[in-house]
Amino acid sequence: MASQPGELRLEAGTPHPRGDWTLEHHTKLRHRIDAARRAGAGAPESLDEIAAIDTAGAALLAELTGAEYLAGIDERAPGLPAERRALLRAVGEALTRCETPAAPRPHPLRGPLADIGRRMEGIGRQQTQLLGFIGQVLATLATSLWRPRRWRLTSVVSQVHQTGLDALPIVALLTFLVGAVVAFLGATVLRDFGATLYTVHLVAYAFLREFGVILAAILLAGRTASAFTAQLGAMKANEELDALRTLGLDPVELLVLPRVVALCISLPILTFVGMLSGILGGAMVCLVALDISAAQFLAILERDIAVQHFLVGIGKAPLFAFVVAVIGCLEGFKVSGSAQSVGEHTTSSVVQSIFMVILLDAVAALFCMEMGW
Amino acid sequence: MSETPQPLIRVRDLENRFGRHVVHQGLDLDLYPGEILGVVGGSGTGKSVLLRSIVGLLRPSAGSIEVFGQDLQRLPAAERSHLEQRFGVLFQRGALFTSLTLAENVALPLIEHAGLPRPEAEALARLKLALAGLPGQAATQYPAELSGGMIKRAALARALALDPEVLFLDEPTAGLDPIGAAAFDQLLLTLRDALGLSVFLVTHDLDTLYTACDRVAVLARGHVLVADRLESVAATDDDWIRDYFHGPRGRAAEGAARTAKES
Repeated sequence: MASQPGELRLEAGTPHPRGDWTLEHHTKLRHRIDAARRAGAGAPESLDEIAAIDTAGAALLAELTGAEYLAGIDERAPGLPAERRALLRAVGEALTRCETPAAPRPHPLRGPLADIGRRMEGIGRQQTQLLGFIGQVLATLATSLWRPRRWRLTSVVSQVHQTGLDALPIVALLTFLVGAVVAFLGATVLRDFGATLYTVHLVAYAFLREFGVILAAILLAGRTASAFTAQLGAMKANEELDALRTLGLDPVELLVLPRVVALCISLPILTFVGMLSGILGGAMVCLVALDISAAQFLAILERDIAVQHFLVGIGKAPLFAFVVAVIGCLEGFKVSGSAQSVGEHTTSSVVQSIFMVILLDAVAALFCMEMGW
Repeated sequence: MSETPQPLIRVRDLENRFGRHVVHQGLDLDLYPGEILGVVGGSGTGKSVLLRSIVGLLRPSAGSIEVFGQDLQRLPAAERSHLEQRFGVLFQRGALFTSLTLAENVALPLIEHAGLPRPEAEALARLKLALAGLPGQAATQYPAELSGGMIKRAALARALALDPEVLFLDEPTAGLDPIGAAAFDQLLLTLRDALGLSVFLVTHDLDTLYTACDRVAVLARGHVLVADRLESVAATDDDWIRDYFHGPRGRAAEGAARTAKES
């Protein structure tokens, strides 16, 4: 079939369509039609010269003739082949159905203002939801605590494996490096005072009280909170959560509790490893750069660093773990059907849980300072 | 459908296996221009696998599939993409892009392949949605806000976006109420007549077979048992076919189709 590009000629104000009126030639035909309409052209006299036409071409033709003309093509051009009339009629009828009035243009300030309002409202709602969800989790925990039969040990152990054991290498590596960096910083600053020996104290204080737990918690937020959100979000999108409810099972008890409990076990372990590994990093720098031997390092630790610093650090771990797990699960429950929503809530869960961990840590640091711990 | 003997799609000796599980063996099938071919078969006989092999989503283990006279597997990527634009595929569950509105879903191939500017593409998308029988306000909605029937219609509109020559439908009426399913059958016939489509229709729906299909291919035991007009297929001497077409549901659908034709 010889293809001939679609064309629209104007002769004495009457348009003559010819050639292929197909999607391929859409842009060109569009210009022709705009020109013809500016010239005030009406409906063409005959459509016989159109070689081929598809829905895109028919839609263009409708702009020239009006949708009603095409819808009534049977009376107006009975000479056309039946298939072509069927196409033009179907497009004409569809166009008369889908004509919708254009929405009025809103005030330019309205968009940004509405956006600010929506975000503020969103933040408020998010916090209430989080508090409500924490309450729900605690209540479920309290009720199932007295019934050992409803403890989901297998699920908890599997979660501890995924969130704790599998995260050990990365936590150890990261804290080791940060420990080395802190020791270098300390050595550089303290050298001016001739107090390089205090690098040991700096590293030990930093990792026992703050860095061990906070680095592990941030890693957990990035690694596990996002995973929780994606897992529960996919289940929500697939109506699995609704299925659980109709089976008379509580998704909070079945899915959230094991995750929360598992994180409350994993994070203290990770924190402990983080502390050891960070101090090890510091010790290595002391050995290489400051000539403080391992035995000397250990002796200073034993003499000067009280066990309460360790307790302050590790005591924060279950709290952070709880917050990270709850935020991860809650964001998963908030996912709606779309792929974009999964992405949005995963991002939100990581950002929120890191923010909450740092905020809580700041509050805890103030509290411990005032208490003299 | 004997006026054009040259088939649009020619499947010869197709073999598909997953590990040791053989789905197809020695499968032959033709799709002729302008016909609606219904493909039926019990669950697990590889109807969807056949569809996926033809549209090129699955590389068959052996055999040849010629589409428009060319072997899809042997074509370079660019030509293949060009050929694939002549297909429209409706997936079993719609597979609409959930983060786009319906109009954007349909406009996407128009913008990407036909190079239309966005407003034009969306106007054309609204037309396609209306052709598929959706109301005007549905265009700005997201797939999550729609019922199953509307999703099927929107997916059909997207399959029709580039004015394809061959339409592949994977169980289009599954999960629709009988009224919606009957309307979908009518829509299919109207579109076929208006747009001159050839349709490859995988279905379980006996009513669809009786109202819409020109030919029926029965898939069983890894190959096509018979592919012919419905009356001859139904008369074939085979246990499965007898159970399928002459079971209680088959008889009901046949009766309904006959009364519809007489009235």
